[in-house]
Amino acid sequence: MHYTGKAHRVGDHIDTDAIIPARYLVSTDPNELGQYCMAGMSPDWISRVTSGDILVAGANFGCGSSREHAPLALLGAGIPLVIARSFARIFYRNGFNMGLVLMEVGDRADILRDGDRIQADAEEGIIRNLTTEQEIRVRPLPDFMRRILESGGLVPYVRKRLESAA
Amino acid sequence: MGHSLAQKLLQAHTGETVDEPGQIVRCGVDLVLANDITAPLAIDSMERMGAKRVFDPERVVLVCDHFTPNKDIASAEQVKLVRDFAARTGISHYYEGGVCGVEHALLPEQGLVGPWDLVVGADSHTCTYGGLGAFATGLGSTDIAAAMVLGETWFKVPPSILVRLSGEPSRFIGGKDVVLNLIGRIGVDGALYKALEFSGPGLAALDAEARMTAANMAIEAGGKAGLFPADEVTFAYLRNAGRADATPLAADADAEYESSLDIDLGRLEPQVACPHLPDNVRPVREVEDVKLDQVVIGSCTNGRISDLRQAAEILKDHTVAPGLRLIILPATPRIYHMALEEGLLEIFSRAGAVIGPPTCGPCLGGHMGILAGGERCLATTNRNFKGRMGSLESEVYLSGPAVAAASAVAGRISHPGRI
Ligand code: SF4
Repeated sequence: MHYTGKAHRVGDHIDTDAIIPARYLVSTDPNELGQYCMAGMSPDWISRVTSGDILVAGANFGCGSSREHAPLALLGAGIPLVIARSFARIFYRNGFNMGLVLMEVGDRADILRDGDRIQADAEEGIIRNLTTEQEIRVRPLPDFMRRILESGGLVPYVRKRLESAA
Repeated sequence: MGHSLAQKLLQAHTGETVDEPGQIVRCGVDLVLANDITAPLAIDSMERMGAKRVFDPERVVLVCDHFTPNKDIASAEQVKLVRDFAARTGISHYYEGGVCGVEHALLPEQGLVGPWDLVVGADSHTCTYGGLGAFATGLGSTDIAAAMVLGETWFKVPPSILVRLSGEPSRFIGGKDVVLNLIGRIGVDGALYKALEFSGPGLAALDAEARMTAANMAIEAGGKAGLFPADEVTFAYLRNAGRADATPLAADADAEYESSLDIDLGRLEPQVACPHLPDNVRPVREVEDVKLDQVVIGSCTNGRISDLRQAAEILKDHTVAPGLRLIILPATPRIYHMALEEGLLEIFSRAGAVIGPPTCGPCLGGHMGILAGGERCLATTNRNFKGRMGSLESEVYLSGPAVAAASAVAGRISHPGRI
């Protein structure tokens, strides 16, 4: 669970309508949703993103509706990891359950600026800002969460567990 | 560092060491719940998981309470889907028709939930069981499907807010007044992601039903759980439900809380939440004279026998104001029987109330008491969002059963002391 990519900063209280506007909810295909990722905030935001880039958000990221399309849109846009000051409750569950890695870092999110190169090890809970050489440490990811994420989310995780038990 | 109730309960269900809020832990669950609206979605997720069985058919409960008796073809089809699933997977705790009641009133009286349990439900008011000392919370359909299959789920350990209760409540004060006062003070997001933990000498004045009423509305402050300790009051209630629980549950004396606040029950007046949010709370005296078209007494918040007794006490020898509809829905068949035997239904009927079957019905604007534009309703339910009980132009006020019964007689919001 190692990631290296460019940081894209967004502000506080980014809601699920900003992440994926309701008019695009006609699909559950991540690739299709990914084209409109963050379209509710700025329609051409996605054009600046390269696959593997990392989203860095302020407080309460993902507030609003409980739609599972929001984490899917981020994954579809090629963003494997969101680092935020804090996450909204339902988004937090949905994110992991859909296979999106989330790291909550509190005020220390401020040392990650737009455009910085970031390296993250979710398993160990280490985030390095390669541009400024600063480091953030959070609680390591528990083993079972890593397995959910590696399976690609909760549905494939359960499927895999059932298959290996059969 | 000592453990809060939330930390204690999660610790009792995980192999990991719970040490601080924010930590993610994997927990085994005792019971998984879904209803006629949410079970179909969970069943669909289960299919995508390739699962044919639930982890334990005795520990999955399906309650088709929202639109019962089925109000249209769509709701009948949903219930049929859930019924077939229950038959296919051998789930015996399946409820519809004459054995069905509002889920969060039904499960406790059936002895299906109790202290030290961990319960997850595909319904936001699953938090009700915290009144009995269970860690209970609502989850989405994918989470519930996984819990149904694996018998486990994951939680982020929540920080807790301590609510200290003191004083002796006066005659008309109940669990609803406590929780409305609390929500009015901290707001609809005051406990976001957190656990609300009730404590203090005032607990003795709240019976198990009042505690469940208070825990029921933890979600209306954004809370993940509303937790009460388990004591003799809890055990007495559970003995009636056929359970022999006897292990007390209490937070450690040195538990850490994110914040705390005090409620003096002795000074509490009956509370009313005004449109259109549950935190728009006033003492009843400030909103008297609001004219009403309908009063509803029922739901998972205040449809239990103690609520009906309190309403009957006020309605006895009175009649409903002309032009007002009073709808009373005992929350479960057992409560209905008790109300019948105790003569409460006769009091309601003579007062001019419409007595309906156990159902969620009007609480979510489903059926059996929908509001037209411009109409105003006072309900003992838990949500007064715009349009919750019908037209977007209608208004819903929330209160306990004493204010509701008094207001039905007066035709306008009224302090029960006036009747
Ligand atoms: S009574 Fe109302 S709040 Fe309670 S479960 Fe039914 S719809 Fe939900």
